[in-house]
Amino acid sequence: MSQKKIEDIANKEYEYGWKTDIEMDISPKGLNEDIVRLISKKKKEPEWLLDFRLKAYRYWLTLEEPTWSKVNYPKIDFQDIHYWAAPKKKVTLDSLDDVDPELKRTFEKLGIPIVEQKRLANVAVDAIFDSVSVATTYQKKLLEHGVVFCPLSEALENYPELVKQYLGSVVPHTDNYYAALNAAVFTEGSFVYIPKDTVCPMELSTYFRINTEGAGQFERTLIVCEDNSKVSYLEGCTAPAFDTNQLHAAVVELVALEKADIKYSTVQNWYAGTPETGAGGIYNFVTKRGKCIGKGSKISWTQVETGSAITWKYPSCVLIGDESIGEFYSVALTNNFQEADTGSKMIHIGKNTKSTIVSKGISAGKSANTYRGLVQINKSAKGAENFTQCDSMLIGSKCSANTYPYIDVRNSSSTVGHEAATVKVSEEQIHYFEQRGIPAEEALGSIVNGFCKDVFDVLPTEFAVEANQLMELKLENTVG
Amino acid sequence: MLDIKNLKAKLDEEDKQILNGINLKIGKGEVHAIMGPNGSGKSTLSKIISGAPGYEPTEGEVLLNGKNLLDMTADERAKEGVFLAFQYPVEIPGVNNGSFLRMAYNAKQKYQGNKELDPLEFEALLEEKLKLLNMDPSFLERSVNHGFSGGEKKRNEILQMLVLDPQVVILDETDSGLDIDALRDVAEAVNHFKNEDKAVIIITHYQRLLNYIKPDFVHVISKGSLIKSGSKDLALELEEKGYDWLVEPVKA
Repeated sequence: MSQKKIEDIANKEYEYGWKTDIEMDISPKGLNEDIVRLISKKKKEPEWLLDFRLKAYRYWLTLEEPTWSKVNYPKIDFQDIHYWAAPKKKVTLDSLDDVDPELKRTFEKLGIPIVEQKRLANVAVDAIFDSVSVATTYQKKLLEHGVVFCPLSEALENYPELVKQYLGSVVPHTDNYYAALNAAVFTEGSFVYIPKDTVCPMELSTYFRINTEGAGQFERTLIVCEDNSKVSYLEGCTAPAFDTNQLHAAVVELVALEKADIKYSTVQNWYAGTPETGAGGIYNFVTKRGKCIGKGSKISWTQVETGSAITWKYPSCVLIGDESIGEFYSVALTNNFQEADTGSKMIHIGKNTKSTIVSKGISAGKSANTYRGLVQINKSAKGAENFTQCDSMLIGSKCSANTYPYIDVRNSSSTVGHEAATVKVSEEQIHYFEQRGIPAEEALGSIVNGFCKDVFDVLPTEFAVEANQLMELKLENTVG
Repeated sequence: MLDIKNLKAKLDEEDKQILNGINLKIGKGEVHAIMGPNGSGKSTLSKIISGAPGYEPTEGEVLLNGKNLLDMTADERAKEGVFLAFQYPVEIPGVNNGSFLRMAYNAKQKYQGNKELDPLEFEALLEEKLKLLNMDPSFLERSVNHGFSGGEKKRNEILQMLVLDPQVVILDETDSGLDIDALRDVAEAVNHFKNEDKAVIIITHYQRLLNYIKPDFVHVISKGSLIKSGSKDLALELEEKGYDWLVEPVKA
């Protein structure tokens, strides 16, 4: 066994790196007002939404690309991206039988059945392929409970008032550079509406697939949960292995009214680029935020981030309602040349609001993993409580981990707790497993899973096993 | 059963040789004690046999029932039946001790083509072994060696030995850091374990453990070479005289 044993466990080939060959309608590369109008027209949008987009686009033009994160990447050429890419065949969303068989096969291959009554029978799926949704399962069954689960474009047709009321209400286009860009060119996303006093009877899930080389994916998800309602939602993501880096800049907005409870989980496995140089990976620059507007409401973010060349995101909660609760549970694994700058923001406004942040960062290879978080307790948030735990694990000797916790407390009746630890997986630990007959790779998987347990325990059970396996795959060959 | 032939070794990062051609035959049912001053190469020998990182064999072989262990990965050696009770068992936070034991047990079962056990079946198998070592089942709920006292760590090593039922056991200074009760429990467990099919190698500085586990042979290693072998009386002699008379013989 050689010295670099632990440094080589991670180079399992990316298993979703293939591409679907299908006739596509693709906009010319570049970004200008005409493209923004084109997207709006393709989607047959109402006038107010075109205005929303144009306002955002013009605002975006005034902004500079931010550079404050720890991540390093060459400057993005926004004129070198296709902002619209959709399968040519017309997609009718009336029946799942009408879905193009090629697309059905694509999602089947990804393990996402877009037929009902199959594996994951208790999960409704919205499948998004580049710029459009190709199918949404169990819509009818959900509607019987008053639950709306559909692509955003469909929601605009059927529930324009709801969309108009909430779109941009949590993440305004003025929020940041990528939020402005997304507001200008977003193409699809999921819309979820849970009416009063309703527990959503199924897990809801959106699966994002980027397929066209040189296309950006800009989706926008909006979840509104009315009084005394509850929903659990999961997003998954993959992309083919291309030679050029691709941009994914999404916005997710959550609205929780009185005693509403939203659980939002992400298993992110975008293509990370080649293990040798990191070329071709996804730039994942995402703005995710939830507003706990109602008293006693709760928003919980859980993320397992294993893919992308660069991940830059901070799922956040704005705790407005008294006694509202925000949670953030995160596992971020970086390997080879991946970089992640991720964490959470908890903004306490209401009285007796509570937040919890548990972040587990794992770095292997030559990767860099940064936790960045803000806990802000406003003067009005009397009796607020926060607990933060951010732990880092280092595998090998060429990776790095950083934590930047920002804490801002503006009253004297609040409690804030912060714990942090850094551990390094040692060769002695791996050898201990081996000497008991357990191979090195299983050993590392077991150590990493032990490290992530607090987070995996809060994932929806359907996906906890998947997350576990994903971690093991990602770490293969880190010990050689 | 275990045949060490002209074994030479060095550290990965240095060229300095630390084992200079060790020859040692260990038969079934035998207990061998390996003694010697600090830094003589006793622990290095155990590390080379187990395949520990940082140590590199440069010559010779270590045959277990005719198969050269040095050609195998560390986990294969373990599954072939080599068990090393570590001098300093490493802590593994977050990994449940009970699950770890079962993972190890099932890895071996699978390797040998035997049935793997589910948690309930495995619990039954553990019960009697815990009793033998006077260990509380709550041990299984903790993380592997994490926050264990020195004595608890050593008991845990011996528990693993009982569970894995190896052919060759190397106890690397298992007696260090043990109070008298723990020493007796550990010794009794080893005596209970050993039979005519097993071989036991005890690496130690002191006679103490050998009062409980009687060796058939005693060897002295110094500066990477085996310089003397004898019966159990040799250990008593060493206890009395120290190593100097062996290491640097008085010149005539």
